Amino acid sequence: MGRFAEFVRTATTAGRLVVQPRMGFGELARMRAGLTAVRDCRATTVGTITLDSYTRVGDYASARRALREGADLNGFPLLAHGAGTVRDLLREVSSDGFPVQVRHGSPLPLDLFRVMVAAGVDATEGGPVSYCLPYGRVPLPEAADNWARCCELAAGAREPMHLETFGGCMLGQLCPPSLLVALSVLEALFFHEHGLRSISLSYAQQVHLGQDLEALAALRRLASAHLPGIDWHITLYTYMGVFPRTPIGSYRLVEDSVRLAVHSRTERLIVKTPAEARRIPAIEENAEALEFADAVARKAAADCAVTNCPPPTDTGLLAEARALIEATLELGRTVGSALVAAFARGVLDVPYCLHRDNANAARAVIDERGMLSWARAGGMPVKVRERDAECTSGLTAARLTTMLTHNERRYDREDLVGSLLRGAT
Amino acid sequence: MSLRIVVSSVSSDAHMWNLVYLQLLLEEGGHEVTNLGVCPPDTTVMDACRGADRPDLLVLSTVNGHGHLDGLRLIRALRADPELAALPVVIGGKLGVRGGDAEEGRRLVDAGFDAVFNESEQPAGRTLAAFGDFLARLAEEVAAPEPLVTGAPH
Ligand code: B12
Repeated sequence: MGRFAEFVRTATTAGRLVVQPRMGFGELARMRAGLTAVRDCRATTVGTITLDSYTRVGDYASARRALREGADLNGFPLLAHGAGTVRDLLREVSSDGFPVQVRHGSPLPLDLFRVMVAAGVDATEGGPVSYCLPYGRVPLPEAADNWARCCELAAGAREPMHLETFGGCMLGQLCPPSLLVALSVLEALFFHEHGLRSISLSYAQQVHLGQDLEALAALRRLASAHLPGIDWHITLYTYMGVFPRTPIGSYRLVEDSVRLAVHSRTERLIVKTPAEARRIPAIEENAEALEFADAVARKAAADCAVTNCPPPTDTGLLAEARALIEATLELGRTVGSALVAAFARGVLDVPYCLHRDNANAARAVIDERGMLSWARAGGMPVKVRERDAECTSGLTAARLTTMLTHNERRYDREDLVGSLLRGAT
Repeated sequence: MSLRIVVSSVSSDAHMWNLVYLQLLLEEGGHEVTNLGVCPPDTTVMDACRGADRPDLLVLSTVNGHGHLDGLRLIRALRADPELAALPVVIGGKLGVRGGDAEEGRRLVDAGFDAVFNESEQPAGRTLAAFGDFLARLAEEVAAPEPLVTGAPH
């Protein structure tokens, strides 16, 4: 177990939730300042280096040019800075008490893995499916091959890297949890098949607390069944879809993600900020959100000692995730080939995803209970409730917007209160 | 008047929901849409607008914050290509990483965009209303080409 997983384990034993930002800046000095601020804030943190979009799609020339010309990038250009610079940066800011993860979003990350290994990066994330279908046009079989080589490189490093699945997020929204859980487990199996021994499984907060609790319990059950004898933990992401626009709304959503993490015994949480709906967050906004999350986590743990934790729903999510995993694994000798075959046949199918290797026959809706559910199964072994099946007839721009902004509307309510207080209607 | 519209992201941007949304919106408006999807290389976008495929309008949508760079590069390439120099092209979304920079929009218009709809400068609702007005004007022009264009004296 490397120092990333070691840090998480120690925090868990001490009853602390590990919190982590999504943070990346183009310039080295700003990246360093950001990491230092995260390290020094009042919370149990690990650091993040989020990469820019040029580096993600392999357009290193544009990343270099932007860096040279001082143009704004939406993340840290790892290759443009190079392994030597990154190693020095990590030597300066990271330690056993502050391991750092690189978050990238690349379907073909072999070049990035070479630099990460050379620079001694503690951890990274992704997966053959979750960093392919939502992140570009690279064919799935090509991404799976590339990712297999990346895993082998990471596993063979002098300090083997920790790897987190991104399968619990996919397009950030409108993907029913059973599929997210199944994909997270399948990507963990893929990592394991290619030699990794320290893995985390992700899940992204969706639209319903009870359903998310059921999903996280299912993920934990399936992880212990499928990954015996290796080191693993669970990572939750604060909501990854359309975010509230107000600071209060944003903090409410972050607060609910922290409670969800605590109630589900999740070890690590990746936190968002009130800048989410608009722009890349500043360093201070990240540090404040992390301190807020840490404070809520302590409070939530204390609350649980007094009152019951909120209960999970009981919708058969575990059985559905298991069915998806089993139906997939039947289709190939390796996890990689099974994943490719499953998407080719629509046995796995991410709703609304335009990637050519996704069947895009399945549809999901937010139902009358406020939960994500299937409205069309495509070729997947999943349940469609009769009243949800009706919902898909004629998806309109307005209906899509209503579903995409479900959380934004639920959480951005201080506008209402504000107008009441002012005596307006 | 129904327009033929190509909707596309730009080379570095993987965001997809904006494209799904715009396609629905435009189709509901009676237009015919070809959706090129995410992360298209510049040549993919340009080739989709050539010859018999030439649309009435190219709509670029990007929210990852690189629009100010990707958009500039792409519009320069489009305007430098004799076949595409006069194609109506607009860009919209969240074009920078700072959340609203009017300068960004101006630079894009100067480089050759017919209109820029930067959500970071204005709430999405207003941006979309302005886009609706633009489409209505373009549809009129396409239906009744300006007499000046066809019969202008030399
Ligand atoms: C979902 C999401 C994701 C998903 C996307 C899945 C997918 N493939 O689609 C995932 C998790 C994969 C993702 C990844 C990334 N994301 Co993202 N993502 C979002 C999020 C949360 C919601 C976007 C969304 O679905 N909106 C719904 C659609 C329908 O609306 P929209 O995109 O906002 O577009 C509206 C308007 O802009 C307008 N519009 C858009 N285009 C056009 C065009 C025209 C002509 C017109 C008129 C209008 C118009 O109409 C739409 C409807 O109102 C936003 C933040 C937010 N809004 O809450 C961040 C956000 C867009 N992401 C961001 C970034 C930076 C990234 C990453 C680069 C990672 C990173 N560094 O943080 C990667 C992208 C990698 C790449 N190669 O580009 C930033 C962009 C920052 C900026 N512009 O300053 C945002 C704002 C988050 C943030 N604050 O950091 N993301």
